[in-house]
Amino acid sequence: MSKILDAKIPGGPIADKWDRHEMECGLVAPANRRKFTVLVVGTGLAGGGAAAALGELGYNVLNFCINDTPRRAHSVAAQGGINAAKNYQNDGDSVERLFYDTVKGGDYRAREANVYRLSQLSVDIIDHCAALGVPFAREYGGTLANRSFGGVQVSRTFYARGQTGQQLLLGVYSALSRQVDAGTVKMFPRHEMLDLVVVDGRARGIICRDLTTGELKRYMGDAVVLATGGYSPVFYLSTNAVNCNATAAWRSHRRGAFFANPCYTQIHPTAIPQMGDYQSKLTLMSESLRNDGRVWVPKKAGDKRRPSEIPENERDYYLERRYPAFGNLVPRDIAARAAKVECDAGKSAYMSPYSVYLDFGEAIGRLGRDVVADRYGNLFSMYHEILDDDPYETPMMIYPAPHYTMGGLWVDYNLQSTIEGLFVAGEANFSDHGANRLGASALMQGCADGYFVVPRVVANYLAQGGLGSVSTDHDAFGAAEADVRSRYDSLLKIKGKRTVREFHWELGRVMWDKVGMARSKAGLEEAIAAIGRLREEFYQDVTVPGDGDDFNKQLEMAGRVADFLELGELMARDALRREESCGGHFREEHQTPEGEARRDDENFMHVAAWEFQGDGKVAVAHEEPLTYENIQVKTRSYK
Amino acid sequence: MSNAMTIHLKIWRQECGAKDGRFVDYTVKDVLPEMSFLEMLDLLNEDLARKGEEAVEFDSDCREGICGTCGLVIQGVAHGPHSACTTCEVRMRSFSDGEVITVEPFRAKPFPIIKDLVVNREAFDRIQQKGGYVSVNVGSAPDANSVPIPKTDADKAMDAASCIGCGACVAACPNASASLFVSAKISQLSYLPQGMAERGRRALAMVAQMDAEGFGDCSNHGECEAVCPKEISIENIARMRREFVKGAFKG
Repeated sequence: MSKILDAKIPGGPIADKWDRHEMECGLVAPANRRKFTVLVVGTGLAGGGAAAALGELGYNVLNFCINDTPRRAHSVAAQGGINAAKNYQNDGDSVERLFYDTVKGGDYRAREANVYRLSQLSVDIIDHCAALGVPFAREYGGTLANRSFGGVQVSRTFYARGQTGQQLLLGVYSALSRQVDAGTVKMFPRHEMLDLVVVDGRARGIICRDLTTGELKRYMGDAVVLATGGYSPVFYLSTNAVNCNATAAWRSHRRGAFFANPCYTQIHPTAIPQMGDYQSKLTLMSESLRNDGRVWVPKKAGDKRRPSEIPENERDYYLERRYPAFGNLVPRDIAARAAKVECDAGKSAYMSPYSVYLDFGEAIGRLGRDVVADRYGNLFSMYHEILDDDPYETPMMIYPAPHYTMGGLWVDYNLQSTIEGLFVAGEANFSDHGANRLGASALMQGCADGYFVVPRVVANYLAQGGLGSVSTDHDAFGAAEADVRSRYDSLLKIKGKRTVREFHWELGRVMWDKVGMARSKAGLEEAIAAIGRLREEFYQDVTVPGDGDDFNKQLEMAGRVADFLELGELMARDALRREESCGGHFREEHQTPEGEARRDDENFMHVAAWEFQGDGKVAVAHEEPLTYENIQVKTRSYK
Repeated sequence: MSNAMTIHLKIWRQECGAKDGRFVDYTVKDVLPEMSFLEMLDLLNEDLARKGEEAVEFDSDCREGICGTCGLVIQGVAHGPHSACTTCEVRMRSFSDGEVITVEPFRAKPFPIIKDLVVNREAFDRIQQKGGYVSVNVGSAPDANSVPIPKTDADKAMDAASCIGCGACVAACPNASASLFVSAKISQLSYLPQGMAERGRRALAMVAQMDAEGFGDCSNHGECEAVCPKEISIENIARMRREFVKGAFKG
């Protein structure tokens, strides 16, 4: 039953594919564009960028977000920067090199043609964002400044202090605001997409819940663009905002969109460690800190002395020792796993057995406190505020935390899912980062998809024609709305004894322990069983106070946790099926004697895309083979 | 839990904008000093949920001070007792065992209450829509380094651009003025060459919309700057006025 998926990659040399494809894409004449309605779900860099760009072209765009305003989408929280192959630093960067670094960083599990396009577009993104008034960091001569990020040996990361995501998002928000004023984009804040409406095999609408009134609403479109982010909160504790969720993507999956590589999750190496069960989230400390911070643990297991009492020769700078070529700037998956290895061996910072030091003592000595403050001041004060500890005086303590998900809805080269007319952009899709995303590449992908790719491929789809008119009175709308209503009514009726948060917390613990940084066959099988049990208990014993026809955050969360309880199982199944280690997916059975990931290119150089089969049935995995014609596939090494 | 505290809360509860609100007393036990203020409220809501009672509704998202979603008036101060931080960054170590804490929404006529501590700040979006942008379409930009910008100007633009749109400035102002918020955007774009072409039109249109939304005038109290989690300077308001006057003269 398993199928081979066709990514519809254009022919020709890789450097010409996108240009040639743009030429081959159909167009919609300016006067006809307003006759097409495009539903865009999400207002981050991908969704907001797509909505603004489609609005500029003249389409009738309806843009939805769960936040109270589009400016709060989770792109806002990205700290360190955005990559672009500008080679402004004259250090040998190029589109080719960014392409190579990204494919290698993803452990040869990304689709070559998509990554190449991403690298090409990176250059245009910086130009456009600067033109929008994004206040990037600059040199005294007025040119743009760069810094370095993990997994690369050039400085290609553009930044705006430690708030790059915020500034890029405000750029998107400004472009969006302009289109709202121009009447091309209509904004729907506090609206949550709860189902996709498919008519004759095509995505033709969505069902939303108005989060202010609880009212269910139907929206019709000629195409639907999902840009609803990733699913890290399946771990309960993650660096994501507390409202980030997978519901729109998961509900689309249930309607026929395949879910690709759900087991590819990024555990970011530098977050403030977990301190207690009461916590609602983990706070990221930007990867940019590893430009100047040195990671270490005491050489002796069980050494609980304060860092100031541990002399230099009793410290193990384990990243510099294990990976001399890249040192502290190894990619995230490698840095995260290395921290776990040290902590599992009993070597940790004093505060918690699951924490390591990130030390700026050497940098402050070399550069002076002012320079360090200029580079990282806002991160240092965040850290100080949370831990009541001054990182200028004592080393930071950090530990890996779920941060980003490379998996997502499967899309072809046109960002179209397995449902015609359903396009997926940004973190919500799966295509560009393989099994591990490099730092500062999420913002790049969000902007590339949103500003540049979606407008072209959606136009191409609309230009093909064949879209009959559909009204929101169509049976498919009625059925989808009734489905949503019964789901939410039933959640309110259970009136059990355990809160939504308790279930989410328990799911998170299973996911972190068994589907986290290290996975094993036995552990994954246990996880699948445990999640199944938890899901059953959820529908018998959850309590959701309040009503459906009102502002009710407990109910919102209940719906999202219900979907995480299904997605979590699929992640475990995907991790179990993938009998290899690659990038962020580390199977304990598949490692080298040095503890590095061991890929199995012969059997697993493919994307696994899962097809929903119905409640209570196991999803079926289909494959998209990955071929590398422009990059020599090697064992990844940062030594 | 030796350092656990008991906290008494007086929380504003209001079913919706059309109905009257009132303070309701709650007690939360086992509050740890390292908890965030919002995690303490989560704890309260967990207790309420177990009793089948409706949660105290409040907005929050990133919980690290960057998204601008959260906003509570704690002990009479927008975003609570610390300067330069948002509500979600406030930790319970700032309070003492047995303390009584009042919690209210950001109050202002242009911010109607939706429920309990949740307010509608869409007025801010409508102001942005009137000119908080550079009119440039995707694909039409020159190479980013072809327009050099002095570092000092870029830094000043960045200072102003740090605004997270939380609305604390409005909540703290006795006139419910949105001047700090509006001036931050006008200032940011006035420091950058990309913003020059539309600067006059921008200032006039954004200020007009601010007035139309019912925000009050600025009378230089400075409360906005004091509570601003991103330390946006009140100097931006002076700059906004200059931009406005220049725009008015140019017509």
